Amino acid sequence: MADPYLPLAIVLSSALPGALIFFLDEEFHRLRTALNLFGAIFKLILVGWMIWGVFHGHVYLSHLELLPGLELILSADALSVLFVTLSTVLWLVTTIYAIGYLEHSPNRSRFFGFFSLCVSATVGIALSGNLLTFIVFYEILTLATYPLVAHRGTPEADRGARIYLAYTMTGGVVLLTGAVWLQTLIGPLNFTQGGLLSTAPESLHPQFIWIFFLLLAGLGVKAALVPLHGWLPQAMVAPAPVSALLHAVAVVKAGAFGIVRLVYDLYGVEFAYGLGLLDVLGAFAAATILYGSLKALSQDSLKKRLAYSTVSQVSYIALGASILGPIATIGGLVHLVHQGLMKITLFFCAGNYAETLGIHQVSEMNGVGRRLPWTTLALTVGALGMIGVPPVAGFVTKWYLGLGAADAGAYWAILLLIASSLLNAAYFLPILYRAWFRPPPPSWPEEHRFPTRLETDPALLWPPLITAVLSLGAGLFAAAPFSPLEWVRLIAAREYGP
Amino acid sequence: MLDPLALAVAWPLLGALSITLLPRWAAHLGILAAVGATLSALGVAFAVMDSGSLTSELGGWKIPLGIGLRADGLAAAFLAMVNLVALGVSIHASVYFADSKARHHFWPLWFLLWTALNALWLARDLFNLYVTLELMGLSAAALGALSGTRESISANLRYLLLGLAGSMTYLLGVALLYVAYGSLDLVQVARSLAPGPSSAAACALMIGGLSLKAALFPLHFWLPPAHASAPAPVSAALSALVVKAAIYLVLRLWLDLFAGIANASAAMLLGLLGGSAVLWGSWQALRAERLKLLAAYSTVAQIGYLAMFLPLIAAAADERGRASLLVAWVLLALTHGLAKASFFLATGLVQKTTGHDRIAELGGAAQSLPAATFALGLAGAALIGLPPSGTFFAKWILIQAAIASGQWWWVPVIMLGTLLALGYVFRLLARAFTREPTPPHFVTSARAELSALLLAVLAMLGVGLAARPIANLLGV
Amino acid sequence: MNPEILITQMLYGCIGLALFLLGIGSFILHEGLWRRLIALNVVGSGVFHVLVAVAYRGLEQTPDPIPHALVLTGIVVAVSATALALAFGRHLEDQNDHA
Repeated sequence: MADPYLPLAIVLSSALPGALIFFLDEEFHRLRTALNLFGAIFKLILVGWMIWGVFHGHVYLSHLELLPGLELILSADALSVLFVTLSTVLWLVTTIYAIGYLEHSPNRSRFFGFFSLCVSATVGIALSGNLLTFIVFYEILTLATYPLVAHRGTPEADRGARIYLAYTMTGGVVLLTGAVWLQTLIGPLNFTQGGLLSTAPESLHPQFIWIFFLLLAGLGVKAALVPLHGWLPQAMVAPAPVSALLHAVAVVKAGAFGIVRLVYDLYGVEFAYGLGLLDVLGAFAAATILYGSLKALSQDSLKKRLAYSTVSQVSYIALGASILGPIATIGGLVHLVHQGLMKITLFFCAGNYAETLGIHQVSEMNGVGRRLPWTTLALTVGALGMIGVPPVAGFVTKWYLGLGAADAGAYWAILLLIASSLLNAAYFLPILYRAWFRPPPPSWPEEHRFPTRLETDPALLWPPLITAVLSLGAGLFAAAPFSPLEWVRLIAAREYGP
Repeated sequence: MLDPLALAVAWPLLGALSITLLPRWAAHLGILAAVGATLSALGVAFAVMDSGSLTSELGGWKIPLGIGLRADGLAAAFLAMVNLVALGVSIHASVYFADSKARHHFWPLWFLLWTALNALWLARDLFNLYVTLELMGLSAAALGALSGTRESISANLRYLLLGLAGSMTYLLGVALLYVAYGSLDLVQVARSLAPGPSSAAACALMIGGLSLKAALFPLHFWLPPAHASAPAPVSAALSALVVKAAIYLVLRLWLDLFAGIANASAAMLLGLLGGSAVLWGSWQALRAERLKLLAAYSTVAQIGYLAMFLPLIAAAADERGRASLLVAWVLLALTHGLAKASFFLATGLVQKTTGHDRIAELGGAAQSLPAATFALGLAGAALIGLPPSGTFFAKWILIQAAIASGQWWWVPVIMLGTLLALGYVFRLLARAFTREPTPPHFVTSARAELSALLLAVLAMLGVGLAARPIANLLGV
Repeated sequence: MNPEILITQMLYGCIGLALFLLGIGSFILHEGLWRRLIALNVVGSGVFHVLVAVAYRGLEQTPDPIPHALVLTGIVVAVSATALALAFGRHLEDQNDHA
């Protein structure tokens, strides 16, 4: 017996508080915070319930048939549970961070309203049971993030938001076209383990190749695949919690998640391999990984360096999907979670430096480890994880990707991983060196004292510490039940069969 | 038991008469009549959903001498949307015109227009359609000129004359049909219609005349100045409802009356005009310097989408394909009606606050009216066709039909039109994000702002997700 | 059908069509309000001619009432529209005088 309400309730648990928040007067600070936290915690409880249910074999399915062939489906399979859990946990943390970060800035009702809608859309993407529903939430996500990127209202914010919108919406239209084309050929596109296309007549295969490129282009914009990544560094103008959300939880991750759905649940990884599509995906992923790392090297702005690092790191997910075989799949999927945890930590830390000391450039970071030791510790965990130093989560990813590549005979991917890790080290280690071992300057660019014994506002300090601990935990306890790795193993086992 | 069809026409007519008699109570009587009309229209829609279709003969006079009314699913769907929009416009107008001299003229004319609209959806013969079209055109032109500026009077004079030419052309077509078939009843004429020169001429005259009224490219040139110069609530009604009535009649005649003789190449011609309208209208909207002109050109583009359906309906492989295209057509039209009304109402609020509607200088004005800006954003998103608006699902079906029937060239037109729409909507919304703080309250004038906002919410969340009940109403 | 009736109908009908075309042509070609308004009234007369011709059933017979009803209604509509157009025209002229 399928439970028709839970997936819908999970989406609405942030959408409804979000809608209410818009109507709140600016000075209703407590009510807004209460609504935010209520939504975030309530969603977490619902997701916990769903994990328990999915583990025990319950089926969750909300659906609304609009017209024959047009059906909105929200359902929970193992993959969606993975992404839902990630975004729900990180949303709670980011909400706390954002409340601290935006304490005294204007237009908070508008900000938190869209913030909640953004997470609702992400959760909707995670729970989408077919491509139509996926696109619906994918576009809502674009719509809800635009105001967040433009939030500051400066000319740079305006420009960044426009570029963001132009990229993502063009991608959306291309994605829509590809989806409709595919649906015209083979009917409703419900996400199915093993894919839908392997039984289709062979005469359609050339069209499937074209459609794959359309869909990949549409998803690749959000996943920041080179050459479609141009919006991401521009969108850095957004406030730090938004950057954290865009990079770790919502937008970029939605694109990567879409690519995973495309390869595994629409085309089927073996069918896509048969058409030679995985090689193309792998080539794009490889180019993106190298390009992002190389660009990150030359950025002095901390947030831009992190942005290019995202461009590079998210493509590990696509790389995992492009290598045939369960081990590489595990490496790619688990990075969905690991990259989220590590990258959000890094963005929280970057926000703390900016908010507490006015530091925006890497070159200004000399000796920050003494002024903000805990923040810098979290930054160190995140950065080492990105490089792939054990026991942080990033190591697990790279280990499985490497093993998977060896297993599939894709030795170029191993070389790629080594090169990328060296580059990661080259752009992260100097930051750590400056922060810990260089003497601090006589004064910080714009120091802000908070009325607390801690090094900065507690709402800013706890989130990076929590996510840093989670990144460590995901690596240390990778073999524990319910760890991201174990969950992903389950997904891979289902995709490739026993 | 009162006849719901007659009531739907009688409420606005009574409103017009009573306000003329008691102008001091205009706003109160207006809201009363608006609520009455809307309730009876929704009553008609629910009754049609239950029983398939409703008919009545006014005063018990038999056809052909009496006037008959009929509501099928298509008519009921439009009747419901139009009355909801008109209710929103009325509530908004009760604030907008509260202390302007124009209110003495606005209310009677507005209800006259509303009467004409309701009668138009319910008319069942070709001549009553002519009368309602003319009544609609006259009251619309008079309303459009209410702002009294030179610009608005000359634009609406042009609209009036062109509308008159359009309806005269339509009437000649009706006369030709009467010569050939001796009847004016839609159903009877449709049953006996045979291909031939007089039927073809009648078809060309009637569709041509209506296309002029519907502002189908290249006959759209009168629309932008007329709609951009009228007071905002009137622009809302003109763009959302009046133009929609004409394009609705094009579809109705095309499918019901001329189904036997309207061939694929004629449909293709209308479709090409529609495609050109999409591109041209969206491009002009993108270039428009004034907010209302932008909205008006966007209407030209949206009418284009509606015309683009005709060749695809003609090429649909089976009844199911036709039915889903019809539902998509209705979804698009209803969404546009709600969204464009909301867009114009919100535009009016912005214009009242700033004293102008030049997009480049809107700046903080948009930010000082969060509810109105929100309405603009939601309505704009529905116009672009972002999900889950009705436009999104309509475009999905449209693209699907284009690919399935091999008429793939519509796909780039739709893609480009969507991106252009995105450009013109966000060119505007980007102005809402300035560094000035928003006012402490989300809503400043509840009736004026919430009416716009609710229409936008309906456009964005109501129509698309209610596709199933709408399809049921249409009987497919 | 009686050929005399048919000829009469054809004659009036064709004149009606000719008036319609003349009016439309003039409406498209001319700019000024008065010319266009008169052109439209000529168009209307043309259409009414056609309808009256349709109704004719010989001198002895009563004519078909329905086209007559249409013509009457049509005239009312055309007169109202003309009146509204004239009112607009006057407004514009008044504004010109003041300007």
